[in-house]
Amino acid sequence: MTAVVPQRPTGGRLVDQFEYGLDAPICLTWELTYACNLACVHCLSSSGRRDPRELSTAEAEGVIDELQRMQVFYVNVGGGEPTVRPDFWHLLDYAIGHDVGVKFSTNGVKLDRERAAQLAATDYVDVQISLDGATAEVNDRVRGTGSFATAVTALENLAEAGMKDFKVSVVVTRENVSQLDEFRALTDRYGAQLRITRLRPSGRGADVWDQLHPTQAQQRELYAWLLANGDRVLTGDSFFHLSAYGEALPGLNLCGAGRVVCLIDPVGDVYACPFAIHEQFLAGNVRGEGGFQRVWQQSDLFQELRSPQTGGACTKCAHFDACRGGCMAAKFFTGLPLDGPDPECVQGHGESALAARDLDLVTPRSHLDHSHTGPVRGQPTLLGMPAIPTRPTPAPPARICDESPLAGVPLG
Amino acid sequence: MDPTAPAADVFDPALPWRRARSVALRPEPFGALVYHFGNRKLSFLKSKTLVTVVETLADHPSADATLVACGVPEAQRPAYVKALADLARSQMIEVRA
Repeated sequence: MTAVVPQRPTGGRLVDQFEYGLDAPICLTWELTYACNLACVHCLSSSGRRDPRELSTAEAEGVIDELQRMQVFYVNVGGGEPTVRPDFWHLLDYAIGHDVGVKFSTNGVKLDRERAAQLAATDYVDVQISLDGATAEVNDRVRGTGSFATAVTALENLAEAGMKDFKVSVVVTRENVSQLDEFRALTDRYGAQLRITRLRPSGRGADVWDQLHPTQAQQRELYAWLLANGDRVLTGDSFFHLSAYGEALPGLNLCGAGRVVCLIDPVGDVYACPFAIHEQFLAGNVRGEGGFQRVWQQSDLFQELRSPQTGGACTKCAHFDACRGGCMAAKFFTGLPLDGPDPECVQGHGESALAARDLDLVTPRSHLDHSHTGPVRGQPTLLGMPAIPTRPTPAPPARICDESPLAGVPLG
Repeated sequence: MDPTAPAADVFDPALPWRRARSVALRPEPFGALVYHFGNRKLSFLKSKTLVTVVETLADHPSADATLVACGVPEAQRPAYVKALADLARSQMIEVRA
């Protein structure tokens, strides 16, 4: 199939330029391992067990060399739990030494005093601790017993070591959306910055999305909160679907998948975005000839994603320019058409679309699942008591296309 | 941040400027992406002429002279001065000592 490649316009708004893609990603997420000590109910990558095909140290160094050549100035590293990779600290130093800054997401399990001091003394490294409740009660239900205490200990260690500007990363759910002010108080206490992102129905997130995604009323509250507090909170531009309420939120109000964003997974597969671990969004592998650069610049999938949406129900909506149809992954994993409304469309079109789905519809599932297969210590209780796990109850937290590098950048 | 740098909200196009030393430009089809390794800020140059202006600031006695040398039409100069002022504010360009 040969697609007619639309011509990039000259001049105009940056957001229109971004629709046609960039020569290298701005926001690259790199998940280093599928291994994780936790089994969060909403893990977007269904992590838990290491994959035997994961990139070796030398291969990971090769990827970093390539990112340096492509001038990808920083990456968001996640997992799984990236710090359980024995070579994690080496790769961190290697990246920084090659002009590739690192922000990594962690549940805090390895951030003892010594590591915290090491991080505080390193430039170009940024840490974000995942926390999905401002109290142990709310957090541990989805992330597992003891995970709140682990995260808070890591925060204490970082603060004590004098680390600046580290982040606390929260996936907003029905159960914690009322705690936003509490999250802010908590992060202030450690001199950290709050980052909140959207729950996607990706990975194990699909299993709990109905139960955990914010209600319409909560979305409205969240929008009001973001308008009032947006300048002091990072969002990874992940709430752009809320812009259809009226006022645009800061950042890139556009799906960046394959355009400015992508994911390299632990085995080197390149997906259009961290929330789209599915064969349909797999563009290639860094081990292939031409490496990551060829995948980014030449894969058929990414070429296809780099054109403005011209058809579908959303283009006829008065709010289309505000939300651009929302999140591709959220639509895909809830079985909605990609050119139709986001399942959480604030104009209510998503709810109607969900209701209109065929009763026999089987929503797409990733071909990958690295969830723990046995019981995990302190496993989350959201899905019931863990005596006999009904489903392998697995791992790590939502890693998002990080802190917006674009916040505050005028995109007009 | 260089503590001796002038107040960043004042941009004087009559002064000699240059791309800040901790800043890298990455060419893009529409212009360039600008990254500051120190403050980790990202910005964009939305035209290729602006890229040339930023890259050649250091070769000319002033920002004004750079705009002339790069052939920026008189009518577009205010827009370019504003773009440079924005870059100065985010420390992407700095005054040459």
